[in-house]
Amino acid sequence: MDYSQLIVSGLANGCVYGLIALGFVLVYKATEAVNFAQGDFMMLGACIVIWLTNGDSLGISFWLAVPLTIVIMAVLGYFLDLLVVRRLFGQPQIAVVILTIAIGFILRFGVGAIWGHEPRLLETPFVGKNLQFGSVVLGFEEGAVIIVTLALALALYVFFKHSKLGKAMQAASQNQLAAYYVGIPVKNIQSLVWALAGVVAAVSGILFASKGAIDPSTGLLGIKAFAAAVIGGFGSLPGAIIGGLIIGLVEPFAAYALPAGYSQLAPYAIMLLVLIFRPAGLFAQMQKKKV
Amino acid sequence: MRYMFKRSYDADINLFKHKAQMFWYLALLVLVVALPWLIDDFFIGEATNVLIWAIAGMGLMVLVGHTGQASLGHAAFMALGCYANVIMLQRGVPFVIAFPLAGLITGVVGAIITLPILRLQGIYLAIATLAISVLTEDFIIIAEPWTGGVSGLMAPAFDIFGISINRYVTPDLFYFLALGVALLVLGAYRNLLRAPLGRAFVALRDSEISAQAMGVNITKTKAISFGISCAIVGLAGALLGLYAGAFNHETFNIVLSIQLLLMIVIGGLGSIHGAFFGAIVIGFLPQFIAISRDVISESFGLGSVFIPGIESGIFAAILIGFILFEPSGIYGRWVKIRTYFELFPFYRKGMFKRQKSFLKTERMK
Repeated sequence: MDYSQLIVSGLANGCVYGLIALGFVLVYKATEAVNFAQGDFMMLGACIVIWLTNGDSLGISFWLAVPLTIVIMAVLGYFLDLLVVRRLFGQPQIAVVILTIAIGFILRFGVGAIWGHEPRLLETPFVGKNLQFGSVVLGFEEGAVIIVTLALALALYVFFKHSKLGKAMQAASQNQLAAYYVGIPVKNIQSLVWALAGVVAAVSGILFASKGAIDPSTGLLGIKAFAAAVIGGFGSLPGAIIGGLIIGLVEPFAAYALPAGYSQLAPYAIMLLVLIFRPAGLFAQMQKKKV
Repeated sequence: MRYMFKRSYDADINLFKHKAQMFWYLALLVLVVALPWLIDDFFIGEATNVLIWAIAGMGLMVLVGHTGQASLGHAAFMALGCYANVIMLQRGVPFVIAFPLAGLITGVVGAIITLPILRLQGIYLAIATLAISVLTEDFIIIAEPWTGGVSGLMAPAFDIFGISINRYVTPDLFYFLALGVALLVLGAYRNLLRAPLGRAFVALRDSEISAQAMGVNITKTKAISFGISCAIVGLAGALLGLYAGAFNHETFNIVLSIQLLLMIVIGGLGSIHGAFFGAIVIGFLPQFIAISRDVISESFGLGSVFIPGIESGIFAAILIGFILFEPSGIYGRWVKIRTYFELFPFYRKGMFKRQKSFLKTERMK
């Protein structure tokens, strides 16, 4: 058994989980609400890029379709907040949770009604190409997934750490009233965060579609990404990616080592353990405030 | 307008506020008991379905509506109640013992399982319960010798004191069984709400800190709430299993958990009425869609239009409408309409305005 192969494919899967988790964390970090529809967002992004690229539909160039998908998803995220989610401004967060669950249902239904329920693959220009590192054969897609994820996570980390907008987003989450006092347009900021979550969903959707088949229920993968976000500590960007990688790595090894039926339990079991023993996650954001 | 003079402290905890209210509820009781003689067998089956949903809704309402703890995992406890009941029936335990025992087992297991995760709050608790729901599906497959794994179980024939009850042969009797359980749960729930424990639940929901200050043991109360909630949901699950006849792990998947929560939100959080209203919506929605589909295709001359998954789509759309425009659900709307007429012409628009608050992060405590 060649472990390095398991590790690489696990890492690539983990990156996709991590990216969805990143979407959760983004919205949570900036609005304190959890977007339960993030997995379905990813599914929508994947379906849009398939619709744009594949020969049997529009068939435009892959390199044109990718930015187009990202823009479409960003606009969608922005207007979803502007028109729907913003109406719940000032309401308890559980209302937003239930709203996003319902949005997820609608997305799944809408995509199924438009594009059907059969699993479909994205036709990328690099199908079948491989990269060879010593004894490890790496599918080109898997390599791309890992590199793009790391680049995106790094970019977002720098964005939140150093840019003015990123800091405004964090401020708006930490204390809305205080954020208003220092002149941050909190509602606009939240719409921008949703747009950003749309971008992340589009990227993760494109990556996922290049690796595996997509159908409307793929969005339920979001539950696994939840586990990733919780393990990393909800609210921590690097935590989300690392949580995703942990789950991605645990899965193939659990499937290898445990009898069939038990391996799917592993991600959730880890998550429950983390919740019980370290509720704030591995990269805790929780801080005790000194009075 | 009605004026109420309370002459004793007991007046606050009477089951009915006044005679007229008692009259209307008794009239409703007479109606539901007489229902099998009023409508045909098909709709009695549907009414039974609604009652089962309502029992499950009441179970979740104890936890979400009155204790304020969100749970996205109650399908797991429905599954537990259902499997416990059927497994005992298959081993020859009489129904009158197996059924309550199934509820008891579910309640105890629910309270024990959730003890470690009760320290979590809000969204974390919801995610942990979600994980329990996902795990349960896999556990059902793993525990194949007991649960039949993927192929599932068939509900055996059962009888109460020699009277055989079957959904298809004697739908009326099954309806009365569901009605009886629903009324028992309803009575217990009403009593709970006026007892110290129920008041502790509500205090916990409104503010954990002030509940603690008044001497409520938070962890214990939450665990009891979870236990009661799971027990009721377990009874609903047991009934659902007998009603469905055959079931497997997919009957109790994560979507059922979510649907349960969404149902009581549509009905109206924080009121027992809400559980029933939500159950009516969710129970009759598939019929309603089927009927309106026929009407539309006939009147527009279209062939039979079939869009897979349209039920969940419409359900979600209704839900979004409620969250945005009437967060207090169907019951909340009804209270508003009633108040309007009671106070006519003095009703003001802002009477039920909800307090909005600026958000602060949960991550700094």
